[in-house]
Amino acid sequence: MTTASAASAVTAAGPQSTAVRRLLALGRAEATLLLRNRTALFTALLLPLLLVAGLHSLLTRQAESNPGLDVDSALVNSSVGMVLAFVVYYNLTGAYVARRGELVLKRLRTGEARDIEILAGTAVPSVALALMMCTVVGVVGASALKLSAPVNPLLMLAGLVLVIGTLMALAAVSSAFTRTVESAGITTMPILLLSQFGSGLLIPLEVMPDRMADICRLLPTTPAFQLIRLGWFGTDGSAAATGFAGTWATAAPHLVTGSIWLALAAWGAVRYFRWEPRR
Amino acid sequence: METSQRLHSTDRVIEVTDLHRRYGPAGATGYHAVRGVDLAVGRGELFALLGTNGAGKTSTMELIEGLAAPSGGQVRVLGHDPYRERAAVRPRIGIMLQEGGFPGDLTVTETGRSWSGMTSGARPLDEALELVGLIGRRDVRVKQLSGGERRRLDLAMALLGRPEVLFLDEPSTGLDPEARAAVWRLVRELRAQGTTVLLTTHYLEEAEELADRLAIMHGGQVVTAGTVAEVIAGRPSRITFELPEFAGTSLPTLPGAEITADGRRFTVQTPSLQATLTDLLGWANHHRVVLGALDARSASLEEAFLAIASEAAHQPPADTPAAPTARRRLIGLAR
Repeated sequence: MTTASAASAVTAAGPQSTAVRRLLALGRAEATLLLRNRTALFTALLLPLLLVAGLHSLLTRQAESNPGLDVDSALVNSSVGMVLAFVVYYNLTGAYVARRGELVLKRLRTGEARDIEILAGTAVPSVALALMMCTVVGVVGASALKLSAPVNPLLMLAGLVLVIGTLMALAAVSSAFTRTVESAGITTMPILLLSQFGSGLLIPLEVMPDRMADICRLLPTTPAFQLIRLGWFGTDGSAAATGFAGTWATAAPHLVTGSIWLALAAWGAVRYFRWEPRR
Repeated sequence: METSQRLHSTDRVIEVTDLHRRYGPAGATGYHAVRGVDLAVGRGELFALLGTNGAGKTSTMELIEGLAAPSGGQVRVLGHDPYRERAAVRPRIGIMLQEGGFPGDLTVTETGRSWSGMTSGARPLDEALELVGLIGRRDVRVKQLSGGERRRLDLAMALLGRPEVLFLDEPSTGLDPEARAAVWRLVRELRAQGTTVLLTTHYLEEAEELADRLAIMHGGQVVTAGTVAEVIAGRPSRITFELPEFAGTSLPTLPGAEITADGRRFTVQTPSLQATLTDLLGWANHHRVVLGALDARSASLEEAFLAIASEAAHQPPADTPAAPTARRRLIGLAR
């Protein structure tokens, strides 16, 4: 069995392990696994696209009764939200559950990677894929629908960071209440439904009664989605579009509620995440 | 043995003092898995933790590896707290858990590549795979490996960073005899190069074969510890036999031995096997008695282990950790 000597310290030793190297190593392994898992790949790639196709008719019908609704901008914004909800939140919940079940997370914790790196490394392919799909949706959508250039890209970026962070943390929380990959379809339902119906993806907030829209603005993913919309189009639908400077005032409350949700979700992840299966 | 005498404080790679681990809430609803364990392992030493299932071996290992914080007591590995100062400790140790933990859909190479990226100063992957004899299986998916091959992959990953301290939790469980012998050779070779090894096993043979020193755990405590010779020392040899139906003839007097009877089956425990056996056989010869199912054996680690396990089973450990110090020996520190 041992032709090589265990002593052979003469052979080269690899470099120091850094956080970046660990994230890339984990992300690469996780990407390979995603490519080999047809079900996960289908959910990540095709499902959001199918939903986006359905969105168009849904929004057009709503526009008939609400003449002020800008269907094109709502469509692009909702598609981006849909992609993030499925690819980051749903897909990642399943990945955490699968790795926990195979004792991979427990084994990883014996190495040099810190807990946060293990969670983030597992999320690398989901987040990368979601960003790629968002870019495609954004670029294709903008050119096909002849949309204007983003008014405040910084707010878009802030919205993306907030929503991706919140969804990652929520995936970690949801995985704690999910025993098997199969049951992830059920356990992720509440947050998926909430983000689609309550965060302005399927029903834009300006279509809702005022009281209901106010409540929906407080939901976990609403502020971040509103920031993305505001950053691109200069309005979150509650007032007329403004320019770069004007968007900050509208953005302030969204930034605050979005950050609070990110902090709450991160706290939940730290509190509830399980590194190994229940026995 | 010299190894234990050589043990100066600077040489102590692992030091455990009054370690406790409690699961769940305090009180009767919780479970007190580790109850005041003391251990010291010197540089280059191979130390084995033995014990029945549920004795607390793995719970203790996990605390020493820094995977969890102890409920009480202190752990030092290479002079650091392995839980709080994990960044200082992890690059210098290698850990093999009781059960794998590699995604089934990755190949051996892909698994190794990702672990190399997470290990400081990793040796070339092929070298690690060659050490455990998996080089020919590098393109096979982990889920298609046999149980033994998966154990060896686990070992290869633990060896990737050329660790100074190696933790092996039941390394040879599930291996066939040939693979086990190969793992033993490899572990001995690593030890010869100065790697400190802490392993758990329930193969007594494995401990006898590999360990410089060992500790036997039961009920979350170290019941006895030392070199194999020290653990066996003081344990009586044992003779068992059956007597046919007989009348009149009384049993022989066997000086220094202790005889217990269970129906017609007798067990003699003696500190001096040869003398007692000579007396017994002389008596049988003289009285023309046939000793049925005669068995005589010196104290072995197995004997000691079974005796300790059954003794301890009759005296369930008290919940107060301070009580049973009489049977608990400070290993290394006491020397």
